[in-house]
Amino acid sequence: MSGAGWFALGPVGVALAVSFAAALVSAVVGVFTVLRGQAFAGHALGDISGAGGAAALLFGIRPLAGFVAMALGGAAAMALAGGRRIAERDLASGVVLGAGLGLAALFLYLDATMSGVGGAASTVMFGSMFAIPPGMVLPAALCAAAALAAMAALARPLLLVAIGPDLAASRGVPVKLVGFAHLAVLALAVGLAAMSVGAVLATALLIGPASAGLRAARTLPGAVALAAAIGIGASWGGIALAYESYGWGGRHGWPVSFFVVALVVGAYVAAGLAARMRR
Amino acid sequence: MFSAFMLDTWAAGLIVAVTAGVVGWFVVLRGASFAAHALPLGTFPGAAAAVLLGIAPSAGIAGFGLAGVVAIWALGRRGRPEVATALTLVMLLATGALLLSWTDRYAAQVYALLFGQVLGVSRAALGGMALAGAGAVAAVLAGFRPLLLGAIGADLAAARGARPALWEFGFLAAIALAAAVAVPVVGALLTFALMVGPASCGRAVSARPAVALAASVAIALALMAGAIALSYLTNWPVGCFAGLGGAGCYALGRALL
Repeated sequence: MSGAGWFALGPVGVALAVSFAAALVSAVVGVFTVLRGQAFAGHALGDISGAGGAAALLFGIRPLAGFVAMALGGAAAMALAGGRRIAERDLASGVVLGAGLGLAALFLYLDATMSGVGGAASTVMFGSMFAIPPGMVLPAALCAAAALAAMAALARPLLLVAIGPDLAASRGVPVKLVGFAHLAVLALAVGLAAMSVGAVLATALLIGPASAGLRAARTLPGAVALAAAIGIGASWGGIALAYESYGWGGRHGWPVSFFVVALVVGAYVAAGLAARMRR
Repeated sequence: MFSAFMLDTWAAGLIVAVTAGVVGWFVVLRGASFAAHALPLGTFPGAAAAVLLGIAPSAGIAGFGLAGVVAIWALGRRGRPEVATALTLVMLLATGALLLSWTDRYAAQVYALLFGQVLGVSRAALGGMALAGAGAVAAVLAGFRPLLLGAIGADLAAARGARPALWEFGFLAAIALAAAVAVPVVGALLTFALMVGPASCGRAVSARPAVALAASVAIALALMAGAIALSYLTNWPVGCFAGLGGAGCYALGRALL
């Protein structure tokens, strides 16, 4: 595809491109997130990024920058507050999440009262895939490339930490640093996903394909590949179905996010069944 | 701030704070933060469904809460509990996004339901709220020992004759009940902040469960009162203060520990 082609994309083309990047990165990062038992942190960062999306509307900056910057801030706060036990880590994630959502509430309130951006709550929280501006494709692709490169470097130390922090430390892995790097990449991934399916549904792309891949595949690379395929398939399938749904009567089409989540959950259930039949 | 129409709000805040303080203490103890976040947030589409069907919002909230409890419990037995929670949550929310796209009547209420509002409760609703709150509190207090044992370890609880899976279900149901009480006031996104913030500070006050529990309730009451007062004065959403204040409680607790 030529350079001009990218910028000539219609709304559907932009949605396909951005959701491809979001689903791919989310799936790869998601596998490690599920392995480390960090599903709540992943979800929390998604919700927190919503505050950034709302702030971006308020200050008129790029939404992607808002989503990603706020998620990164949340990741830093979690890394500072977090403990070693999973229950304690979840509590810290939850508290940071509460503060982030408090900010989201405030920014959305100011959006509505000061700049008159109506419907901001639904847009930021549930996404509006067909309203992504074409200029977003290139930054999204750059974000995705950065996240994937970081994951390539982090994969081995992260696996060791997932098996056991003590083991990892004994093998010379800087556990805290790796933990923070993982949260930072997680923030990039959910920022991208929040841009496409909305802040509260970014979790679907992060956790669903990854846990389905881990259920059905026998090896880690297999799980990552399967997760990526499921994530991209669900996103594109969701876009296609939403596009179709404009012809189903009713005044609007059905929301993309609904179809994406339905396909992702379907894949998770199917992966469980496949794994049980093989045994 | 203390005029007649605000009295209902103060009464609702009292019910919400006591319920959230008690249930939240068990949430922190059992490390159930994610479920405590997911269940209130998952009830939010229930209100949308109720508007669409023309039934009472509280019925929709209760229905979706129950669906969330069953889904988390059933999926969690087969796989990783946090994955079960995450997938249950996104399923409920995606249903909400779909329902919202079908109706315009609801759009104005989305924000209030997500982030809370001071005048979210009518006098008529107070009785039902008090009943549901009392139910949630009674359920966790009745399960005090098995829930404590289960928090230490499911195997230990089973060895002492408690049935961890059953209590887990009851505990999730209590969280859902507490959520149904709190969501109209504090909002679906921030109800859990009122649960975990005060409780995480309360446990720093004392190592004795009863004292820590009482402290958790007292802090929740203070946080709720502060949030309602500030929201009344500034017109900002209640959830904003509950969320930021909850984080403040946690930081205070960490400093005390």
